Order: sequence, then C-alpha cells, then structure tokens
Amino acid sequence: MTAVLQIIFDALSLGSLYALGALGIALIFGVMRLVNFAHGDFIAFCVFAMLWPSIDATAVVFAGMLPFYLLIPLLLIIGATLSILSEIVVFRRFRNTNPATMMIASFALGFVIRHLMLMLYSSRPKSITLWPSLGLPVDFLGAHIPMLQVVTIVITLAALAVLVLFLKRTRYGLEMRAAAENFTMARMLGVRANGVILLAFAISGMLAAAIGLILATISGTADINMGANVMLIAFIATVIGGLGSVPGAVAGGFIIGAASVIFQATLPHDARVFRDAFVYGAVIVVLLVRPQGLFAPKSAKQRV
Amino acid sequence: MTLLAVDDITVSYGRLTALRGVTLKIAEGEVLFVTGPNGAGKSTLLNAIAGVVPAGSGSITMDGANVTGASPEDIARRGFSLVPEGRNVFGALSIEENLKVGTGMRADRHKIAGDLDSVYAEFPMLADRRHTAAGMLSGGQQQMLVIGRALMTAPRIMAIDEPSLGLAPKIIDQVYEILVRLRAQRKLTLLIVEQSSTRAMMTGGRMILIRGGRIVLEGAAADMIKDERLKQAYFGFGDH
Repeated sequence: MTAVLQIIFDALSLGSLYALGALGIALIFGVMRLVNFAHGDFIAFCVFAMLWPSIDATAVVFAGMLPFYLLIPLLLIIGATLSILSEIVVFRRFRNTNPATMMIASFALGFVIRHLMLMLYSSRPKSITLWPSLGLPVDFLGAHIPMLQVVTIVITLAALAVLVLFLKRTRYGLEMRAAAENFTMARMLGVRANGVILLAFAISGMLAAAIGLILATISGTADINMGANVMLIAFIATVIGGLGSVPGAVAGGFIIGAASVIFQATLPHDARVFRDAFVYGAVIVVLLVRPQGLFAPKSAKQRV
Repeated sequence: MTLLAVDDITVSYGRLTALRGVTLKIAEGEVLFVTGPNGAGKSTLLNAIAGVVPAGSGSITMDGANVTGASPEDIARRGFSLVPEGRNVFGALSIEENLKVGTGMRADRHKIAGDLDSVYAEFPMLADRRHTAAGMLSGGQQQMLVIGRALMTAPRIMAIDEPSLGLAPKIIDQVYEILVRLRAQRKLTLLIVEQSSTRAMMTGGRMILIRGGRIVLEGAAADMIKDERLKQAYFGFGDH
C-alpha cells in the first residue's frame, strides 16, 4: 500500500512538472501555431537569473537570497519579460510565415539564450540551495513523501486552477480561446492580435519560471541544459494531448509522468535503464492509434 | 451620407489578380447586394474591406477616415462586422461565449447585457441552448449564431458572405426575414454577397454584379433581375 502511494506521488509530481511545461508550449501554439523550442532555455535562464554572473564553480547566489515571497514574484516577472521580449524582438517578424520557419527561429533563439548564459556563467553546473527544508519527508498514510513533491503538486494544481479561471471567466481568457480556435475570425471581431499573443507569451514565460524554480529546488544545481529534457517531454505531451488543446497538454503531461514512473517501478531490474525507450514506445503506440492526439481541438480537424 | 467608399482597389494573390479596379459606395442604412459567378472576386472584396487581405492599390474609406491597410481588428472597431463564408463559429466555445467574443472592444459596456437579451429574443433557439458548444449546432443555427455574434459588436455595417450557402430554402427564408427586420429596427447598413439573385430582388436595395474581378453591372436589384446581361454574366455567352 505504501509503495503504491509512493508511486502515485512520484507520478503526480513528475507529471505536474511536465504538465506545466506542456501548458507553456500549448498556449503559444494555440494563438500563433509556433512550437517554441526556446522554452527549455527560458527555464534555464530563470534559474540562472538567481545567480550573480561568474564563471567560478561555486555559484554566487544573488536573487536566490531573497525570501520566497519576493523571489517567486521576481522570477515570474523575469520569465514573463524574457518571453515577451522574445516575441517582440524575434517571433513577431515571423508571424505570417509557415510553422517550420517559426520553429527554426525558436531553435535559433534558444541557441542565443544558451550561449549568452555560457558566456556569463560558463558551462559548469553550479550548486544552488533553495529551501533545503522542502527536501524533508512528510509521513502520509505510512509513506514517506518528500515535502517538495507535495509542494510541486499543490503549486501545479493552483496554477491550473488560476489558469482555468482566467481562461473561462475573464474577457481576455475568452478572447484567447477564440483566437486559439480561429485567429482571423477573432480579429474580425475586434480582438487585438498583438494583445492576445503577448498575453500568451507572458503566461508561458511565468510557467517556465515556475518550472525553473521547482527544478532548481529538486536538483540543487543550476545547469545550462536543465530545461532541455523537460522541454522535449513537454512537447511530446502536447502532441499526445493534441497540439493546441490546453486540457490535452495538461493530460498529456500527467500521462507521460505517470508512464515514466510506472515503467520505472514495474519493469524488470535489467530493463529499467531502457525506461525512456518504453515510454517513447508507448507514445508511438498512442500516436498510431490517434494521430491527432487524445484531445484534438475542433479547430485542428480537417475542414472539408 | 456615404458610410463606406471603396475606390479603385486591386487585390492579387501572387500572380492571380482577384479584383481589378473596383469602386463602390454604400450610404448609411442602405442594402447593397454583390452578386456574380464563382471566382468573380465577391469574397475577396469583403475580405479586402475587412482588412484580411491587403489591397495592392486603391483606397478604402470608412466614415471619411482612410482605412486602407488597417488591421482587421481596427476595421472591426470602426464598426464593420463581417460574417465570413462558411460561418466560422468558435466550435469549442459555448453559444453565449461566441456572442461575447466581439463585445470586448465596445466602449458602451452598459449596453452589452441588453443587446444580449435582444439577440436571444431574436433567436430564441440560441437562448435555449446558450451553454451548449457552438460546434453542436446545425448549419442554419450556426448562421443565426454568427449573425447574432456580429450584432453583438454593435456594427454600423454588417457584411455577410453567402448567408444562404448550404442551407435549406426554408432556413434561407428565415435568415432573410431576420435580416430585413434587423435592418428596419436598427437602421443597419447591409452588404450582402449572394449568388441567388432572386433573394436580392425580394429584399430590395441596390445590386452590383462582379465578374472577373470587375464590376460589370450596377443598379436597383429589382430592375437587374430582368436584365439579360445578368444571365450573360453568369453563363458567359454573348460577350466574347
């Protein structure tokens, strides 16, 4: 029983991380058909923003020293600003080009951000200690659950709830959903294209900052490539969920998180090193059965 | 008073020219039918006015202000509401949400709730299902919804592209009854693209005939129906 509980918490917390990443990708894809591969570098950038630029092995903690009630809003603002700037400086110029061109632009932007960090911080991973007390386990029905897992799950659920309320209850949320479904029609109803797109980028950047904080707290290190893995899996999660579908992205994130944890727990010992191969194998099976994804939005359907 | 003036506009898609020097004027409260065979450039004309496709040359003026090259949202904010061909409901949004998308730009916020009630009064079938996803509606119901959605923007000109496309004759009659009534109630200016010229005759108003991207005939709808040249324009014999 306790082992099962442990697996459930592992799955939920890993799934939360992927779901937050997938959401950040899906929101932008929804409004401008861009798969933003720089998203992983946004995540790493937010982590490094807590450190003072230096190439020493021991990190000089800068913003990371702040109490959490200042650090969290600050990082959210940094994430949103980076994301908004990348829209204004880069993606706006590719607005009406085909999706492949935009995707390549996002790769290029990712390279620029990564190499900027390389110049400022060198490629060596740095240790960073945020809130060590979160690593302590809490007892829950006999299982030892790290506090951080509980916090991750709670943060994700809270972020999801706020986002759903925003999308369903506010005028800007309504405009965003309409624009995601049919951008031109939304504009013909007076919805400002730039406003909706900037908003999507701002939210996506804040989600990247949240992932950065969680990752840095879990791993205790700041690594320039730390966002890449989450970004890759989050992208796959959005594809499984149906590109452009917000609930699909969240579900996809949790499904992949659960699949990794369950494979890790149930595969025979010798096969565990190939866990990711099994996960991606399962992804291929899902896409063979439902190529449009599990929750394909109506707008993605072929119009006859 | 001229509300909308299109002056000598040309629109090209790559090497294909869809409109060649089209000029027209619409006065406040007028009904203008645009008719012509498939591929004549009717939809392109509406899309060019709406700012969805750029005009290569010429100018578009609304209410005296030059709006050539303005974005679709700016043109919508000036009171031009286009109901495009194929209806384009937001299928995943509920009926009520569809109706509200276009109200975000309105300055007269206090009037929105009243307008919503009057749209529901006009289309009771929408009121009954206000929380249903719009994608579940039939073609005729979707046409009612997009007309309602355009009305919710409090437009000065409503342009409708082929309101009868794919609808049963009985539903088409209903759509036109509603349009005629709305025009009388709200002093709405209407710009309607329609293949079926008999509808235009029944509704009255002015009519222009487009063929090959040019206006070839213009006059009162009732007179034009009798004109032999209308048939020629559709079937192509006699003029070349």
